[in-house]
Amino acid sequence: MKSTTKTVEGTRPAARPPHRARWIARVRAFALKLATALGTLFVVSLAVYSLQELLPGDPAVAILGEQATPETIAAVRADLRLDDSFLVRYGAWLGDALLLDLGTSYRSGAPVMETILDRLPVTFELMVLAQLMALAVAIPLGTLAAYRAKTVFDRFTTGSAFAMISVPEFVLGLVLIYYLTLGLGWFPTTGWVAFGESPLENLHHAFLPALTMAIPVAAVYQRLLRTDMLATLQEDFVTMAQSKGLSTGHILFRHALRPSSFSLITLAGVNTGRLLGGSVIVEVLFVVPGIGQLMIQSIFLRDFVMLQGTVIFVATAYIVVNALVDLSYGLIDPRVRHRSA
Amino acid sequence: MTATTQPAAPDTTNDREPLLVVDDWKTYFKTAGGLLRAVDGVSLRVDAGSTIGLVGESGSGKTILSRSILGLVRSRRKVEPGGTITYDGVVINKLSPKERRRYWGKDMAMVFQNPMTSLNPVLTIGRQLTEVLTLHLGMSKALARARAVELLESVGIPEPKKRADEFPHQLSGGMRQRVTIAIALSCNPRLLLADEPTTALDVTVQAQILDLLDEQQSARDMTMILVTHDLGVVAGRTDTVAVMYAGKIVEIAPTKTLFTETRHPYAEALMRSIPTMDAPNHTRLFTIPGRPAQLTGEPKGCRFAPRCSYAQEKCLTEQPPLVAPERPDHSFACWFPVGTKPGQEALERNLSAGQTAAGTSMSLMTVLGA
Repeated sequence: MKSTTKTVEGTRPAARPPHRARWIARVRAFALKLATALGTLFVVSLAVYSLQELLPGDPAVAILGEQATPETIAAVRADLRLDDSFLVRYGAWLGDALLLDLGTSYRSGAPVMETILDRLPVTFELMVLAQLMALAVAIPLGTLAAYRAKTVFDRFTTGSAFAMISVPEFVLGLVLIYYLTLGLGWFPTTGWVAFGESPLENLHHAFLPALTMAIPVAAVYQRLLRTDMLATLQEDFVTMAQSKGLSTGHILFRHALRPSSFSLITLAGVNTGRLLGGSVIVEVLFVVPGIGQLMIQSIFLRDFVMLQGTVIFVATAYIVVNALVDLSYGLIDPRVRHRSA
Repeated sequence: MTATTQPAAPDTTNDREPLLVVDDWKTYFKTAGGLLRAVDGVSLRVDAGSTIGLVGESGSGKTILSRSILGLVRSRRKVEPGGTITYDGVVINKLSPKERRRYWGKDMAMVFQNPMTSLNPVLTIGRQLTEVLTLHLGMSKALARARAVELLESVGIPEPKKRADEFPHQLSGGMRQRVTIAIALSCNPRLLLADEPTTALDVTVQAQILDLLDEQQSARDMTMILVTHDLGVVAGRTDTVAVMYAGKIVEIAPTKTLFTETRHPYAEALMRSIPTMDAPNHTRLFTIPGRPAQLTGEPKGCRFAPRCSYAQEKCLTEQPPLVAPERPDHSFACWFPVGTKPGQEALERNLSAGQTAAGTSMSLMTVLGA
């Protein structure tokens, strides 16, 4: 075995045309990332499933409550295979999960997967809106703050960003509700209208919760971009771009922004995953029927199967998004693209 | 000293119009240690189509001077307390930043020291060329693209079509410097500032890049300011050489005159610092004792005096003016010039005393001209 790999390694590169070698290396890098992601998912699923084991007493009783009849308890025990060993139960659950079946809620009687997919568009919309708002504010402000470093403008924006990071979401949400909804009456207080029902009404309802999520995120983005941009602006190629007579806007946004956006993209990726899990506080505050609210409801209703399904779903989303972000670096920086190739 | 103070920028013999006139220019920086005089009253006159070399060691102010000519010194601590820079009859240092920018890339262009860092890593080479062409010459994208490939070819880049789609990191240092030269030349500038264009390159590539600059300069009848710390670089390639020390020009002359009739001890020392091939093996390389002058604080006397083997009492108290006592195009700022009677006497006095008036031991100095 050892000798064959050796000869294969020894002879192949010479015979292999370079573009094929590059292609193989790319596939290998991709496979490695995929394996890492799957490994992480496996560990997460194991952890989530063992939560059930940590419940005191009989899980069936915990799920059904004290008033349950012995018959229903027996039914649930059979359904959850509580008489089997942990590993067997976990294997069965995992097998179902791989087939996108996360079980059925004992509270609502609805399949978990269906409920999640029902709620997902709401959370997804909020995530997209919040990210867009945050980036739309943070990119120009961060860039300009770096360009005008240590001026009044910089001190003001960067100082306000710091203030916004320090304000908890629920305070921010309440303040926005107090002034914009109760005071000015610009937005509906709570509730949700599906996009399909009325797109305008939907955006009207989504605006404030998205804004609440966006403000602290934007503040972090602003500070991050300012720092990276500040370093980029010291680079020779920026002076060179200047000496070419390019306008300041062109230099900042076409030359300096892309090399300055690595940390920003990493964080935006992490946030995409995080916000896909729903902002629990915002969704509860604004009574938005998203994943975060589902999670909280499951906890209060002791809907254990639902909670398990939700958590594993959120974790998957998180891991997948981050893997995609990893792969996207090559799009931003050609040096990364060629190094991995 | 019998010489009267003459205008610092000497009249040149040819009658071409000066393209650039720098008059008593100063660039200072506010620092914690006081005002730093990076460029301290420099006057220059550069004729259209000529090449001038700015020579000096690190910290002599040559780079700041060349960037000041463009107006590219980006610092909030910068002060420009006086002087004028006139380009083609326009006092450009008085222009608003926006008006000034119109010259950049189009009339005046710059080649930077380090091609590894002066190209944008995330933009293709073609893109970095075409953006200047579309901006300044109003070319369409397709036309600019074709022109970019031509330009790459003209600076000696093989496979220019393919290279235009590549990124800077895919090219070698020499190739990258060729690209920055192509960018600088793209809009046919009348003035090219080359700031140590070969310092960051391999020795084998240096000559190629200098030849390329030379060739392009004469083909385009371009005026060039070549900034370098290496006298060897300017020797065969410039019409005039200005030697800078501590923010001032200490000697300026037509290149040949400067090499044959060196007057300033610093210029002489710089020449001595070039290793020669005919010296025997294991000859110690010549060095200038001490370190470059501190640029903060009020200058008193000659800035070079502490490192100068000719230094006398007068050098410590009185600043020598830049004068041209011998011929109109050769100015220098020294009380005891090399190769003159006062200079010879000063050196002998120091030799017999064992130290200079500044207190530097003569044993540190490799004996000059004795």
